[in-house]
Amino acid sequence: MAANENVLIMDHVSYKYSPGTAYEVTALDDVSLTIKEGEFIGIIGHTGSGKSTLVQHLNGLMKATEGHVYFNGQDIYDKDYNMKNLRTQVGMVFQYPEHQLFETTVFEDVKFGPKNQGLSEEDQIKRAYEALELVKLPEEFFLASPFELSGGQKRRAAIAGVIAMKPSVLILDEPTAGLDPKGRDDVLSLISEMHEKRGDTVILVSHSMEDVANYVDRIIVMDTGKPVYDGTPSQVFANYKELEQMGLAAPAVTYVMNDLKDAGLDVATTATTVFEARDEILRMLNK
Amino acid sequence: MLRDITIGQYYPADSVLHSLDPRVKLFATLVFIITLFGANNIFLFAFVLVTLIGIIKLSHVPFSFMVRGLRAIVVLLVIAGLFNMFLTPGRELVRFGFLKITDVGLKNAVLMTSRMVLLIIGTSVMTLTTTPNQLTDGLEKSFGFLKKVGVSVHEIALMMSIALRFIPILVEETDKIMKAQMARGADFESGNIFQKAKNMVPLLVPLFVSAFRRANDLSYAMEARCYNGGEGRTKMRPLKYSSLDQRAYICIFTYIILFYAVKFVM
Ligand SMILES: Nc1ncnc2c1ncn2[C@@H]1O[C@H](COP(=O)(O)OP(=O)(O)O)[C@@H](O)[C@H]1O
Ligand SMILES: [Mg+2]
Repeated sequence: MAANENVLIMDHVSYKYSPGTAYEVTALDDVSLTIKEGEFIGIIGHTGSGKSTLVQHLNGLMKATEGHVYFNGQDIYDKDYNMKNLRTQVGMVFQYPEHQLFETTVFEDVKFGPKNQGLSEEDQIKRAYEALELVKLPEEFFLASPFELSGGQKRRAAIAGVIAMKPSVLILDEPTAGLDPKGRDDVLSLISEMHEKRGDTVILVSHSMEDVANYVDRIIVMDTGKPVYDGTPSQVFANYKELEQMGLAAPAVTYVMNDLKDAGLDVATTATTVFEARDEILRMLNK
Repeated sequence: MLRDITIGQYYPADSVLHSLDPRVKLFATLVFIITLFGANNIFLFAFVLVTLIGIIKLSHVPFSFMVRGLRAIVVLLVIAGLFNMFLTPGRELVRFGFLKITDVGLKNAVLMTSRMVLLIIGTSVMTLTTTPNQLTDGLEKSFGFLKKVGVSVHEIALMMSIALRFIPILVEETDKIMKAQMARGADFESGNIFQKAKNMVPLLVPLFVSAFRRANDLSYAMEARCYNGGEGRTKMRPLKYSSLDQRAYICIFTYIILFYAVKFVM
């Protein structure tokens, strides 16, 4: 497959919850986006900005009130479109995915997706094993009941349940919600490692800039149902003042670098991670 | 499909009905049900119907929202209607093989189905215009006299309001888990009845787990705030009748008198 091909396209998509009642909410407002193959994208916005609604359109779990969604060039709202196939191609890890665990053992639970894909028993086992290895769940838990695991382990098991289907696009909705800092870093580096190893398209939804900045190569900022910024982390964080007004904060290093610059030092303010910031400051000092 | 479950749901709006005391609405609903089933001819029925339409207009709740609750039981209504139509003895009107429609059967079917529809719409008007909290307060107050004979009115009312409050939460939860399993290729639609039942396992297990977790959390939260039953508990907003409620009672009694006057004259 040619690199940088458009995998997913959203064309003027709008979505309203409970249209025509007092509860009507416009969750998506005329959104157009293209997602290229192999991209690692972060979708950021504060709670209620429409992130979850947006990503659920990408695998057909929600149907747009207006507009179209294309996967590999095909309109997913066509009458004879194979939705089940789409859902295994565009894997979706929901917020608090551990709430979906139901089988008697972790291994059986991870097999659920491959089983629904109609794979042979042998392949199901192979897929489940690979997926659990990939999320680095220790082997002694494979045959434990999913309800006996710790929070972080449950989350890994649930993520494995989705990647066992080998989707070509992986969407994760706030995969770090409710985890402690260590668990958060573990899950994020896991995702980024998987992206590097398998070269899949990954979409990471988060409300924390800090989470996303260190990993992704493109950020889409959502505000009241619309994408307001779309670009590389440093392009997006250049608007840190506007982001603040939306209730989002740029990573701490953005502030540090801007403060240094305002203090008259000759530094570029494009650093988005601590390491880049360090290099930039060293470069300035060595000059 | 799940959004059709509107039992006990509240619809925020600014209307006379919304600002009435819950006890008035409970009483009115009771009167409505009694007269609905007491209406044995077309005039009385029309009288009840017109009153209900007037009340719906007053409630400022969109009509589509009220009939939504009906969609969930449409199958039940149709079956009950058909049974009534075909299995009631009487003068034969039409015959299909061994099935026959009789005049009494047809009348019963129409009457029963419309009564059920009106009953559901009528009671939804009450729940749509009353918050679960108000409803509980109203019930607790109205049935308070039962405390004297040892019925735990407060506990029952509290359980009811928690149940009502949990309906939308569980509906939302079901929706979420369903989507999560569909994202893993689960299929909740096709297959025969046994396969369908089996396919429900990935939905039901997480749903029960989450319901118990929520119930557990709620009990801790209540205990942390020193909840220990209704004894000696005071209310922040005790129920108090206003002049609006008095006028409403007058309307209700006028309705009762009119209804029975017509019923005796006919
Ligand atoms: N099931 C629902 N019913 C009605 N409104 C909803 C529902 N889910 C979300 N919304 C509303 O849609 C908007 C976007 O929600 P969501 O996509 O969940 O945002 P985010 O994931 O960014 O927090 C919010 O205003 C939210 O209140
Ligand atoms: Mg969300």
